[in-house]
Amino acid sequence: MKILVIEDELQLQANIKESLEREKILVETASDYQSAIDKAMLYEYDCILLDIMLPGGSGMDVLRELKKSNKPDNVIVISAKDSLEDKLEGLDLGADDYLTKPFHLAELNARIKAVIRRKNLAGKNTIVIGNSHLDITDRTFNVNNELVHLNRKEYDMLYYFMSNKNRLITKSALAEHVWGDNSDNMDNFDFIYYQMKNLRKKLSDSNAEINIEAVYGVGYKLTQL
Amino acid sequence: MKLLNHSIKYISFTVLVLISIWAVAFYYSMLNEIKENADEELENQKRLIILNVNRNSEINLKTEFDESQYIIRPIEKALALSVKDQYIDTKVYMQDADDAELELESVRMLISVFKHNDSFYELQIINPIVEQDDLIKALSWNIIALYLVIGLSIVVVNGFILKRLWRPFYNFLEELKSYRIGKSKPLNQIETPINEFIDLQKAVNEMNQHSLNSFNQQKEFIENAAHELQTPIAITKNKLELLLEDEKLNDTHAQQIGETYQILHRLSKLNKTLLLLSKIENKQFHAEQEISINVITHQVLEELDEFAKFKNIKLKIAFEEPSFLKIDHSLATILINNLVRNAIFHNHDNGEILIYVRAQKFSIFNTGSETPLHEEVIFNRFHKTNLSSNGTGLGLSIVKAIAQTNKLKITYHFHENKHRFEILF
Repeated sequence: MKILVIEDELQLQANIKESLEREKILVETASDYQSAIDKAMLYEYDCILLDIMLPGGSGMDVLRELKKSNKPDNVIVISAKDSLEDKLEGLDLGADDYLTKPFHLAELNARIKAVIRRKNLAGKNTIVIGNSHLDITDRTFNVNNELVHLNRKEYDMLYYFMSNKNRLITKSALAEHVWGDNSDNMDNFDFIYYQMKNLRKKLSDSNAEINIEAVYGVGYKLTQL
Repeated sequence: MKLLNHSIKYISFTVLVLISIWAVAFYYSMLNEIKENADEELENQKRLIILNVNRNSEINLKTEFDESQYIIRPIEKALALSVKDQYIDTKVYMQDADDAELELESVRMLISVFKHNDSFYELQIINPIVEQDDLIKALSWNIIALYLVIGLSIVVVNGFILKRLWRPFYNFLEELKSYRIGKSKPLNQIETPINEFIDLQKAVNEMNQHSLNSFNQQKEFIENAAHELQTPIAITKNKLELLLEDEKLNDTHAQQIGETYQILHRLSKLNKTLLLLSKIENKQFHAEQEISINVITHQVLEELDEFAKFKNIKLKIAFEEPSFLKIDHSLATILINNLVRNAIFHNHDNGEILIYVRAQKFSIFNTGSETPLHEEVIFNRFHKTNLSSNGTGLGLSIVKAIAQTNKLKITYHFHENKHRFEILF
């Protein structure tokens, strides 16, 4: 898998690159408008991460060029501007997803995988780890072809973990993914602990070959047994 | 006290002092004049009497002041030689037209001596003069009347002139009173030919422009600072996340990085909230439309219900009627959400939250701490009732900022162990 990261903030670019490389993804980078256009038009990528604010031009123009020349690449727009207009413009121009800065790397991971899955496995949209199947379209979870009932939040959590296999998901990243802005006041994350306990119990009760383990009190990690 | 009254006070006081001094001076000069007049007449009479006496060889001694108002009596030579003419104020018994019986009346008396046929006689002549008491009384009444007339004129003229002349000033003052920096329209130009007022307005306008600039710079600075901090914070967080995945890390290190990460997370939350607050204050949410508070409230409750359940808090709408408000949709959500969230997170386990949605107001009652909060400070930025809490101390500031930018009134009240926040539309 090959991804182009167009981002002018070099430290952020390096973080994204390192994170994606841990997923065994080939990463190429561009940090200004011209090199972005050059690389995007010359090569094909499974996904392009596109920052809107670039030295020398707008990421929106890169997107326009891509769509004009009918490149099949998936595009995820990343931008610090979280206004609705920007988001709509990006999606109107044919972006597959939109992510506002700052974001957690785990969130980016999940979005990239979702976008690629949607394109590649037309119709059949599942994440499979061992005997566990998460059906994204139907929002169902099966272990050994037996349905395990999850509530909405448990499904969201499991989806996030399965998109980030073997990766650390911090509590704050998890809270933000599942509860959005309302995660801000969750005292000491007791609430997350309680929710996690329920999910882990369901996983072990159904003999799923996945396990979610706590990591240094900071977060959790999903591993395959 | 108004300027008008101050100037009247000073002018009246000055006039009172001046008139009083003048009255005293006038009284004495008047009295002097009267006495001089009387003395001249006495002198004249003396000469007439002596002339008369000298015509006759015999002298008629008189010992009573009768209608002729003089007495003549002999005195010793030695005594007579030492006596000079003298005028004195004295009193004798007389009956005036307004007196029921004899009374002591003020008189001017001339005491003189003359020689007749080698004998010395003393001559005393009296001339009734105006009584000083009466003079003072009459003068006082006149002075009081004069003072009243002058005083009244001062008040009327002053009032009229000041009201006319100072009108532009008072108009300007009214405008200044209702002026809120960064919120009101620019001040109107006052129309006046008076230089001082024009100068005043110039000075105020300059000062105002200066404050406005600082105010805007400050607002911009907070927003820019928060915005610029976002990326470095996010990058640092990402780096720590990546570092925490490192297999070579030992547990102690990982633990410490984990703690650093949590602190950084708090910082990023704080920054995010500050940015939101700045945006609200800078009016960047202005897509105003008719919003149903009922719909928003139900959405918010649905989202927050699980947090309430986690603390076993009873969260319900106690009363509801259709309620609409013209406001930006995101702001309405943030407003209700912050209030409900506040009620949940500052509640105790097994507590209760009651919400009343009325056409003109939204009220939320919650159990929680058993002492009332300080109404003056709870809406302040970074005010925390519970210092150890994880909150940013900005939740209610955001509520307040939304209320202010949308001209809503927010009140806090504590009654029967329940905290009540109320927004009046």
